Amino acid sequence: MLTITNLHASVDGRPILNGVSLEVPKGEVHAIMGPNGSGKSTLAYVLAGRPGYEVSEGGVSFDGRDLLALEPHERAAAGLFLGFQYPVEIPGVSSLQFLRESLNGQRRSRGEAELSGGEFIRLAREQAALLGMDAEMLKRPVNVGFSGGEKKRAEMVQMGIMDPKFAILDETDSGLDIDALKAVGEGINRIMRAPDKGVLLITHYQRLLDYVEPHRVHVLQGGRIVRSGGPDLAKELEREGYAEAAA
Amino acid sequence: MTAPFPTHKQEDWRYADLEALRPVWEQFAEPVTVTVAPGESLEEVWLPTAADVQLRRVQIALERGASARIFVLNAAPVYGRIELEVSLAEGAEFELFGANIGTGVSTNEIVTNVKHAAPNGRSLQVVRSVLGGKATGSFIGKIEVAHGAQKTDAEQSVKAMLLDRGATANAKPELEIFADDVKCAHGASVGELDPMQLFYAESRGLDPAGARALLLEGFITGLWNSAREPGALSEAARKALRTVVQ
Repeated sequence: MLTITNLHASVDGRPILNGVSLEVPKGEVHAIMGPNGSGKSTLAYVLAGRPGYEVSEGGVSFDGRDLLALEPHERAAAGLFLGFQYPVEIPGVSSLQFLRESLNGQRRSRGEAELSGGEFIRLAREQAALLGMDAEMLKRPVNVGFSGGEKKRAEMVQMGIMDPKFAILDETDSGLDIDALKAVGEGINRIMRAPDKGVLLITHYQRLLDYVEPHRVHVLQGGRIVRSGGPDLAKELEREGYAEAAA
Repeated sequence: MTAPFPTHKQEDWRYADLEALRPVWEQFAEPVTVTVAPGESLEEVWLPTAADVQLRRVQIALERGASARIFVLNAAPVYGRIELEVSLAEGAEFELFGANIGTGVSTNEIVTNVKHAAPNGRSLQVVRSVLGGKATGSFIGKIEVAHGAQKTDAEQSVKAMLLDRGATANAKPELEIFADDVKCAHGASVGELDPMQLFYAESRGLDPAGARALLLEGFITGLWNSAREPGALSEAARKALRTVVQ
């Protein structure tokens, strides 16, 4: 479903990714782990198309399409979702308006009918409730005044509303207490575990993987995948550290 | 008798598009005068028209305890000017919430002279400008606090968003204070759209123009919060912003 081939990318002229190759088949959840500065977030941003993240070599195919040829909003319409490590605040714009215009933007470019105000509010309320978020928070400006944990939960509500085919979740577990971690983990499983969907879970820690068990675990270090394995690899990393496990 | 045609040497006309103004000067030269009786209140909403050149020259006299609240969207295709001279008697209140939205080579400006003539007056002026292309947007705001106008509370907040390199924002507060127990605050800033906010919005499915329009709507949206009927203002502002981001 998502095939990354020998991907090289740099930021401000500094090479960060040095030949990442990875394949996530339909129906699978893959975790990427790795120390700070190994290129995990860069990989997420390159896949979502953040300006300034230059690909110098290699390619990415998503559902048979050349992902890197698409603009960020086209990638969203194609079914890609990035859960941000640091969700962005947008003062003056309510989450409801932001998400309705975003979703309808996606639907327009897929040739689907737009949702009416009423239809959208029903969908948003339902998704907020499933993640244990007070729907009143959706009336507030996007992420403004939210705690770290609320922002991550709100990202999952956004994901539920967008119902993407493929989610890249960049440290969605950081800043969460145990209850929120559980809610977010259940949200990921509910929204994304399906035969025609896929997930790339970027994380430092094993703890999210207790709730969202991955099919494969990859270790990213120095801008390339240095080791891959089954779910047990995450436990080994937790026990022995990256230096030991990658050696 | 028509008032003399202005020149750029006059401080409050220094950013004006006088060339565009000249052919239509006579129809605008004479200011409109409004008096708000003691204790009464006035709310006005000024929306743009389709005319190339749009001018409003208004003098408002607020009598004892009177109040006025003006909402204005200044978005002329060539030259728009909102000129307000307001005098406040004791305990009067004046609020202005205005936006300059311009693109192309347009000039839009809001020019105010708020005169606190007596004690306990309060004024608040909030102006937001969104400028693309080679447009100019200006705010020149003079506040005069007369001798004896103690406990005056006057505030200006001016922010501009520049979308292109050729766009210009001017913000010029002028304070003349002849009383010693007053509060006069003013703040001005000029910025650009935040690239991370844009990327966030685009990653959710908004195309670049849609993302810019939405962020800009957020930038000016607070202006209309206290309007009795903000619908027409929001709608007109949204339309003007769509033109700017295209």
